[in-house]
Amino acid sequence: MTTASSGGTTREQGRSEYGVALFLAALGLLVIVQALLIPESRIVRGPVGPAAVPLVVGGLLVVVGIALGVDVRRGGRGEPEGGEDVELTGGSDWRTVGMLAAAFVANALLIEPLGWVFSGAILFWGSAFALGSRHYVRDAVIAFTLSIGSFYLFALGLGIVLPPGVLRGIL
Amino acid sequence: MDSFGSLIDGFGTALTPTNLAFALLGVLLGTAIGVLPGIGPAMAVALLLPLTRGLDVTTALIMFAGIYYGGMYGGSTTSILLNTPGESASVVTAIEGNKMARSGRAAQALATAAIGSFVAGTIATLLLALVAPLVADLAVEVSPADMFAIMVLAFIAVTSVLGSSRVRGLASLGLGLTIGLIGIDATSGQQRLTFGIAEIADGIDVVVAAVGLFAVGEALWTAAHLRRRPVQVIPVGNPRMSRSDWRRSWKPWLRGTAIGFPFGAVPAGGAEVPTFLSYVTEKRLSKHPEEFGTGAIEGVAGPEATNNASAAGGLVPLLTLGIPVTATAAVLLAAIESYGIQPGPQLFEDEPELVWGLIASLFIGNAALLVLNLPLAPLWARLLRIPRTYLYAGILFFASLGAYAANANVFDLFLLLVIGALGFMMRRYGLPLLPAIVGLILGPFAEAELRQALQISNGDLGGLIDPMSVVVYAIVALVLLFPLVRRVLPAKAHVPVLDEAVHELEEAHHHHGTTDAVSVERRPSREDPRDDG
Repeated sequence: MTTASSGGTTREQGRSEYGVALFLAALGLLVIVQALLIPESRIVRGPVGPAAVPLVVGGLLVVVGIALGVDVRRGGRGEPEGGEDVELTGGSDWRTVGMLAAAFVANALLIEPLGWVFSGAILFWGSAFALGSRHYVRDAVIAFTLSIGSFYLFALGLGIVLPPGVLRGIL
Repeated sequence: MDSFGSLIDGFGTALTPTNLAFALLGVLLGTAIGVLPGIGPAMAVALLLPLTRGLDVTTALIMFAGIYYGGMYGGSTTSILLNTPGESASVVTAIEGNKMARSGRAAQALATAAIGSFVAGTIATLLLALVAPLVADLAVEVSPADMFAIMVLAFIAVTSVLGSSRVRGLASLGLGLTIGLIGIDATSGQQRLTFGIAEIADGIDVVVAAVGLFAVGEALWTAAHLRRRPVQVIPVGNPRMSRSDWRRSWKPWLRGTAIGFPFGAVPAGGAEVPTFLSYVTEKRLSKHPEEFGTGAIEGVAGPEATNNASAAGGLVPLLTLGIPVTATAAVLLAAIESYGIQPGPQLFEDEPELVWGLIASLFIGNAALLVLNLPLAPLWARLLRIPRTYLYAGILFFASLGAYAANANVFDLFLLLVIGALGFMMRRYGLPLLPAIVGLILGPFAEAELRQALQISNGDLGGLIDPMSVVVYAIVALVLLFPLVRRVLPAKAHVPVLDEAVHELEEAHHHHGTTDAVSVERRPSREDPRDDG
């Protein structure tokens, strides 16, 4: 049952699966090293210090990384997750993912200087664009309705003030 | 037995106009969000978490109860009308439910699901009200060593779902535990895995982690594989059932409740196994076994009731021990904790108003679900047509909003993206999400119990062993070694129903490719070299 056949690119996925195994093992080593670097505490209570559990978890990750590598070598493949809107034939659409990440980062960078109303609208509009919507005006109207609406919902309903940014004093 | 009196008091709490309004709002929002394609109940709860900030604890929990049931019902509507379940527990509902919908019986499928959910939810909530105080009484006696053992069992149970790859489950658990380690160690005050970053000194906010794994991960993953063809949604009128539908449904509802509640209530449950068991049971007992595979109403009624009953059952370990067994329960636990309340044996003593208010509002939410969903079904079906561009843009929008609002910190947005990328990777390589979320939320508590147990025994590892924990560890070993054990057993010793359930489970996984990976483990065949045991 090489379930990856639904993903189309079995051999390529086989190789990148080793990457996952490597990632797990490397993360495990990192956790172990960090645990060993924890300095002696002056306020230790109880015989088990702060390093014990990280050592176990790190060890688990290393072992699992190796086991996963063995599993992949024997032909085991992780099955990509399906879903309502997911079509697993063909490879990943990295362009869309990249544009979404860009819209996401834009919001993170702009939320404080420009304010949520604009950054949130940019996030929504940009994401819709990335996903293939070409109704530029309609998307913008929806984006601003959502960002202004959520601003007031949070401010009035929940008492949480999102950054007003350049609209300080206007909203 | 004063459960009954307490429950009446609980209704007093839940039926105040404010709380009632929030219970209804929770059901409405939960269903609306849960029905959206790509959004399962766990993500629905995570996305709606920020909305309850600023509410009084009891009111917030009552609203969550509504979201919990609403989200689950919404999920099954999606699977019946679209045939692509967002959550593993709805896989079974999709098998027969979608076949029914395709042959023009969508209204009946939705009706038996809604009424079955109501019947099962009501009975199971009643059982919850009876059982939970007893378990809480017993659990007060439980030592830290036993608690640790039970948590280990929960970890192993969520990683060893039948028919999925164990290595990948453990990998996911390890990732979750690692995220849970980040921050200042409460006992020693030492920073762990913080790399000097001040923002994560207090640990990674659970809201950010859950929203990142579920919402951002899902949106990115789906975007990478977006189906560009328009989705076919089966039109539906008002749900209704004929006399024969009723006759064929009521027994599966009750049997489903009987199967679902105990499975949910043991801290090793989950909803997947019992729903499959229910499906197989109904198939065996049905007078119309030939209809199975072409849309048998029993195949919807049983598993849906089971699903709801196990959700209510899952609240037993959640409220009495603080142990979640489903992703939704894990997020719910995080929500409760964000109010500074630690679910556990003490909860029933310390916060009776809160607990009983919550239980009472489960009844109310359940009834509201029935009242809302029968007439609103056509509206929910229309939500399925939402343009996917707006749906996933909206998920990212609300995910960012919620994560930022939690701490008003831009750093959390970048963290959200990183955890979203992790969620993407996990979906890509078939690492199930459930172990990660349970590990991340439960991990710190397991560590605290372990250290407390060893403190009591003065560092002697023998302190972890007492009669009860030995039993629990034996179960852990059995679960871990099950594939080996099954191989050694003579063929006759296999429980046929269970075997069939496993088979169905794997078949369905194969077709739908849900969260859990199916790569390695199959029905045991001696020749199979690819067993990761």
